[in-house]
Amino acid sequence: MMRIIIGEGSCGIAAGALKVHNSIEKLITDSDTFSLSSTGCIGMCYLEPIVDIYDGETLVKRLVRVTPDKAEAIVSAVRDADLTKVEDITISRDDEAFLLGQTRIALRHCGLIDPTSIEDYKSTDGYRALKKVLTSMTPEDVIEEIKLSGLAGRGGAGFPTWFKWNAARNSKGEDKYLICNADEGDPGAFMDRALIESDPHSLIEGMLIGAYAIGAKEMIVYVRAEYPLAIKNLEIAIAAAEQDGLLGDNILGSGFSCKMRIKAGAGAFVCGEETALIESLEGKRGMPRLKPPFPAECGYMDSPSNINNVETYANVAWIINNGGGAFAAMGTENSKGTKVFALTGKIKKGGLVEIPMGKTLRDVIFGIGGGIRNGKKFKAVQMGGPSGGCIPEELLDTVIDYKALAATGAIMGSGGMVVMDEDTCMVGMAKFFLDFTALESCGKCVHCRIGTKRMQEILSRIVEGNGKTGDIELLSELSLAVKDGALCGLGQTAPNPVLTTIRYFRHEYEAHINEKRCPAGECAALRRYSIDSEKCVGCTLCARGCPTKAISGTVKKPHSIDETLCIKCDNCRKVCRFGAVSVI
Amino acid sequence: MNNNHEGPKSDLTLLNDILAEADGVPGSLITVLQKAQEIYGYLPRDVIYHVAESLNINPAEVMGVATFYSQFRLTNIVKYLIMSCQVTACHVYGSKRVSEAVSEYLGIKHGETTEDGLFTLENVACLGCCSLAPVIMINGEAYGNLTPDSVLEVLKGIKEREAGK
Repeated sequence: MMRIIIGEGSCGIAAGALKVHNSIEKLITDSDTFSLSSTGCIGMCYLEPIVDIYDGETLVKRLVRVTPDKAEAIVSAVRDADLTKVEDITISRDDEAFLLGQTRIALRHCGLIDPTSIEDYKSTDGYRALKKVLTSMTPEDVIEEIKLSGLAGRGGAGFPTWFKWNAARNSKGEDKYLICNADEGDPGAFMDRALIESDPHSLIEGMLIGAYAIGAKEMIVYVRAEYPLAIKNLEIAIAAAEQDGLLGDNILGSGFSCKMRIKAGAGAFVCGEETALIESLEGKRGMPRLKPPFPAECGYMDSPSNINNVETYANVAWIINNGGGAFAAMGTENSKGTKVFALTGKIKKGGLVEIPMGKTLRDVIFGIGGGIRNGKKFKAVQMGGPSGGCIPEELLDTVIDYKALAATGAIMGSGGMVVMDEDTCMVGMAKFFLDFTALESCGKCVHCRIGTKRMQEILSRIVEGNGKTGDIELLSELSLAVKDGALCGLGQTAPNPVLTTIRYFRHEYEAHINEKRCPAGECAALRRYSIDSEKCVGCTLCARGCPTKAISGTVKKPHSIDETLCIKCDNCRKVCRFGAVSVI
Repeated sequence: MNNNHEGPKSDLTLLNDILAEADGVPGSLITVLQKAQEIYGYLPRDVIYHVAESLNINPAEVMGVATFYSQFRLTNIVKYLIMSCQVTACHVYGSKRVSEAVSEYLGIKHGETTEDGLFTLENVACLGCCSLAPVIMINGEAYGNLTPDSVLEVLKGIKEREAGK
């Protein structure tokens, strides 16, 4: 039987997948023998909306950037079994390479199964690992297998998962909790959203195996409130798992009992820090606690708690099914398995990329991602969000490995990879991140609360053209003080974007401070406008639209701009029909 | 407890079920406030006092939680909540210019509401649609690949629909 399947993750929906779905649905008649259904996110965000045509279990056609007006052609192609009718929207070979270059473990079901159907999940070996664990493995065996795999925390810190599980298992306490950190606050990262939306049962299965290993009675998933579809699909999955005896009392008759609930976050970046997350779970302001004691001893409700992120749990069932050795066979000496990256920014092909550790940044950005858009030149890649750093072109051959990335001054992070081209100002980028962390600082410790604020002020004056000699040194000094003095991960890593941009793009800071010039032409205050007297025909359009009357000239004669009056509103450049106004 | 505060009176009985459910459950304050906001659209002052009293928490503590998280609003929102994504991927594609265009067109800044009560603008962190950057979301619907011009088309469309009603 032919099947039409539409990718309806958040990205797909934002690109118009539901409109495509409705248009196709309207055309289907009772006599049609094919079906129409939806799946999650395949990760090729730049090609959304994506429509797949299956013949039985075989994918026979993948259609991309589908618009509602293509519905008729699609239905007719499937009805007549003549797929040449949709040749114009078929994925190109070049775009197919985006997926072929990947090794998918965490994302293994994403975009392939219906996330709202537990049957679909089971048909792909779903819950087999849980059965194996509950019937033939002790909690110690499970921890040993995870240790063998070398799985480390995918939320950013890269702490060995088995070690946390073992510590929580060995902690004394009747009520233990297993928590999933799905508060994906790192701007530019969206793999956890895609994972929950597209494959919620793999999260549930991975968490159940972890809960069995540490002896937890309850599992809590802390999800960002900004991810409504993820919450909805996870709710459906939990209800289905309860119905099937996979959650609750005496799971699969094994005697092991564990329940699960969702807690919606309320919007605070710092809650991605595990102790702040625990505070938030307890209904309080999400302000970090001093460690030790670590959550493994004294976490949620002062009980032993284990916290991992979504991607970490999504690997667990695969490891149990295929063996820790198979996972450890991929990667480098220090970093095993695969890692998912959310590739965005000025990249040709943006989306979710899962590759074995040990590949280089160049493999991801220029191999799978296809390089930079619009023929521009690569400048830097930002990794790890506000806690990470900007990696320049000369370090693109750095391998993806926790230690190797940390050596650049950036971090692996949760996997956000924002690519920047020559038009991005690196000082502006550093300011952007400091604006973010200064705003999101919870205010508990002085170094973070006041340090980030002062750094933000210095960066502001630099981009506004008021930078002073010595500002770079002052920023560096403050950065080290904040790193040393801050209480939690947010503050300790907040200076990373500043330190890495100073390290690799010091010349841009110097141009702003000494020459009052923004090399990327992005900082509005440092922009200078001029009118090309050869191109200007004297139409007066710019002069009439200038809010400060900075442009003068007579009709049919070239105009000129008085820089002392210009407020850099960009209006003249926008209205000029002859391309005579340029930014220098 | 001092319940003398300014502001419109809210129908507090709407909270009965939520508060009964939360009774005796530790750590339920955030969930209660989220549900209260679903009912009233924001957190009116008298609701904050009522929640505090019912859960036996100091009103200052409730206020502390309500102001800590960006999701909670202390003033009424309007018909269209515009969430303008301001983070990395959107930033490199010029989200600031998009947001400024919205500000200029509607005459409001981040956190403000238009005089006709139609729009509230909020600059937010990642909406998770990075490959469509820059993105805004209006009442849950995402608009991607925006420019300062195209975002105005979206807003004009809404205004025209409203005027036509």
